[in-house]
Amino acid sequence: MKFILHIWRQSRPAESGNFRRYELEVSAESSFLEMLDALNEQLIQAGEEPVAFDHDCREGICGSCSLVINGEPHGRHRATTSCQQYMRDYQDQKELWIEPWRAAAFPVIQDLITDRSALDRLIQAGGYIPVRTGAAPEANTIPVAKKVADKAFDAATCIGCGACVAVCPNASATLFVAAKVSHLSSLPQGKLDAERPAKMLAQMQAEGFGSCSNYRECERSCPKQISTENIVTLNRALYRN
Amino acid sequence: MNETIQLDGHSPKGPLEQRWTQHKYNLRVVSPANRKHYRIIVVGTGLAGASAAASLAEMGYQVTTVCFQDSPRRAHSIAAQGGINAAKNYHNDGDSVWRLFYDMIKGGDFRARESNVFRLAELSTGIIDQAVAQGVPFAREYSGYLANRSFGGAQVSRTFYARGQTGQQLLLGAYQAMSRQVALGHIRHLSRTEMQDLILIKGQAKGIITRNLLTGELVSHLADCVLLCTGGYGNAYYLSTNAKGCNASAIWRAHKKGALFANPSFTQIHPTCIPQHGELQSKLTLMSESLRNDGRIWAPKHAKDCDRNPNEIAESDRDYFLERMYPAFGNLVPRDIASRAVKLICDEGRGVGHEINGQKLGVYLDFADAIVEQGATTINEKYGNLFEMYHRITSEDPTQQPMRIYPAVHYTMGGLWVDYNLMTTIDGLFAGGEANFSDHGANRLGASALMQGLADGYFILPATVSDYLARQKPLADADYPEVAETRLSVQKHLSRLLSAPDPKHSPDDFHRRLGQILWDNCGMARNDHDLRQAIMQIQQLREAYWQQVKITGDNKQINQVLERAGRIADFMELAELMCRDALQREESCGCHARVEHLTPTGEVQRHDNQFSYVSAWRYSGNVSEPILVKEPLHFDFVSPGIRNYQ
Repeated sequence: MKFILHIWRQSRPAESGNFRRYELEVSAESSFLEMLDALNEQLIQAGEEPVAFDHDCREGICGSCSLVINGEPHGRHRATTSCQQYMRDYQDQKELWIEPWRAAAFPVIQDLITDRSALDRLIQAGGYIPVRTGAAPEANTIPVAKKVADKAFDAATCIGCGACVAVCPNASATLFVAAKVSHLSSLPQGKLDAERPAKMLAQMQAEGFGSCSNYRECERSCPKQISTENIVTLNRALYRN
Repeated sequence: MNETIQLDGHSPKGPLEQRWTQHKYNLRVVSPANRKHYRIIVVGTGLAGASAAASLAEMGYQVTTVCFQDSPRRAHSIAAQGGINAAKNYHNDGDSVWRLFYDMIKGGDFRARESNVFRLAELSTGIIDQAVAQGVPFAREYSGYLANRSFGGAQVSRTFYARGQTGQQLLLGAYQAMSRQVALGHIRHLSRTEMQDLILIKGQAKGIITRNLLTGELVSHLADCVLLCTGGYGNAYYLSTNAKGCNASAIWRAHKKGALFANPSFTQIHPTCIPQHGELQSKLTLMSESLRNDGRIWAPKHAKDCDRNPNEIAESDRDYFLERMYPAFGNLVPRDIASRAVKLICDEGRGVGHEINGQKLGVYLDFADAIVEQGATTINEKYGNLFEMYHRITSEDPTQQPMRIYPAVHYTMGGLWVDYNLMTTIDGLFAGGEANFSDHGANRLGASALMQGLADGYFILPATVSDYLARQKPLADADYPEVAETRLSVQKHLSRLLSAPDPKHSPDDFHRRLGQILWDNCGMARNDHDLRQAIMQIQQLREAYWQQVKITGDNKQINQVLERAGRIADFMELAELMCRDALQREESCGCHARVEHLTPTGEVQRHDNQFSYVSAWRYSGNVSEPILVKEPLHFDFVSPGIRNYQ
């Protein structure tokens, strides 16, 4: 298969970037990232700078990969990370525009790599349960209804990739925060941290994320299908205080 | 070359079940008021690193953590699918700490220490309690109590799981505990930072040199001790189920500074991976072992059926070979046994799917019977996300036609040699999780990697690191000449990589060639002749590497090619040690199958009289002349028997 690629190239955070055009032939079975690998091999051979991009596990779970492909974070297939897109999925789109996440809270570092450490600081603001390590009671002393545990899992499955921010017109991280609040508020650890939603939302604002206006684009482009229902849970927890 | 000195494992004596308790009592503690004066560096923030950092910081030590990813949450522990073992006996099926201990020792083919393995089994129950308290959403039964499933190598249900994403949930639990300590100022965390070398001051591990992966800046960090929790080195094979970034650099450089490297040839090949489809593939994807609970593995009985649609092959023409060969355990035999059986079938010419190098490499993992028996909803509930994953990658729907699987490099049981306190042979250098060699022997039992990482981090290292620190005075701030020396050698290493005399090929190109040599000669089956050949080929390739590796860009900003090149340089050296270790171990045990040492029926044959030891290698100054140090293994509570799963 032959593709025309337009890839965002930016050498440093402070410099302005631009799209550069490449042509590439690649097998339909290659994953999207393997296609970029192949391009990079060619560039190295030619003595040019390869394209920098974040990736690691390549099985859709680490949350590193972060490509916007033809305007869609993580590319064409729903509920799928960039690393799990395959070139066979793009057979009818011979021209591909590949760029980094776009959000003020995620500054571009180089080419397709952005700085997503703001998400770590959101977790540090309260996305944990303050339990001491090494001294917990027997796990089965507090039963949890299967339905509750399953729902908590649905929220906990967020991989922290930031696609929700990248697709949101407000660059809001509300879905990320909501998923964590919703996960932690439904499992047994004694007293709930009633301040958690407020602390995390305040941090969200401080990091330069926008607020939620219910566009629900986040849910549509989330590779783990985190539901906006979690935002309802978040708001309820927020206003209950 | 052999060395006769004895390695002191510091294993306690006395009844097995009292050893850890007694040992903990004997370990010294640092008073809470003094802990803030001690600094600890933790390299790697996966399950072992994040849990150790969180625990030590909570105790009051000053902790610095380092990871090469952009966030600790991306460590490769996140990708573990299946589950975590614990001897809770919730199912009343006769499980106990003793049984878990025995299953692990037997699973590892009697090549691990009794004391360590028993401690791990003993601590397993506490890990589940800890994780549940942290909010890890384990699977529950309708009663509201925790659910379990069974895993390869065990006849009881002791595996706790969070759908197919257990590693993710456990890692997030540890990461969140760690994040809390970051917010409290007890942990200083550095992302996109890679350890380049270890700083030894008067023979003790007192710091590391790191490279900021964004700016290329080299920074020295001093501390009172260093913990390496950097995972395994399966990526030496190029294609593996590891994340692309997994590497051996930290442990390899520590090895070259004096830490012994134990059992480097023990690489677990996992039976249920999605088969390779092409030449330029970058990685292999694991399908959780838990699938073998309900999936039946088979291959066509006749080679002529291999190209046919599997659904059209009659029941009588199918060979359910694991059930046939191992009736007691069936599809749930341990990983090494299953992997070799699959290889055997494919070598016989009965493989299915893509052809790689002239051979079809794949067998079927079939859910049709389970769907009929239990209903599609139940099966989807259990394995839905794994099915989706398989579907995405192969564009085949496993509910309509059987999955295709083939073994792939998965987990390395070898690593830095550590004593019972998880300290390496360098004073003050600890290794936790997959980075150390302990506990798994020659083969790791499913669902015990997560258990080991967390036991090391939450329970063992907090006690043993404290004991070490109690014997140290906090390091004084001063200009130590060793810091500048180490830094200079790191700079030289990087400059050498950037200035090969005849730059021709990309680092990845060399990596693929190295991987092929290892897979062909030090993979599922090994023999004397091929291992010797491989050692020569690796030496030649290494020489070519330093002459011809082509790295673009410079050392002043993100340079992913340079990062990879440094890691591959280390794999080039480690690969030779892996082959040398495999060559000297003239027996078959666990995942190490020497074809000269198989029974007539193809089962592995140990030689306990000669090889009941840990092979620990000392760096002599020349990568090709490592010195073998043997740590004998003593079995006082179990008698090493034939590993029979029939």
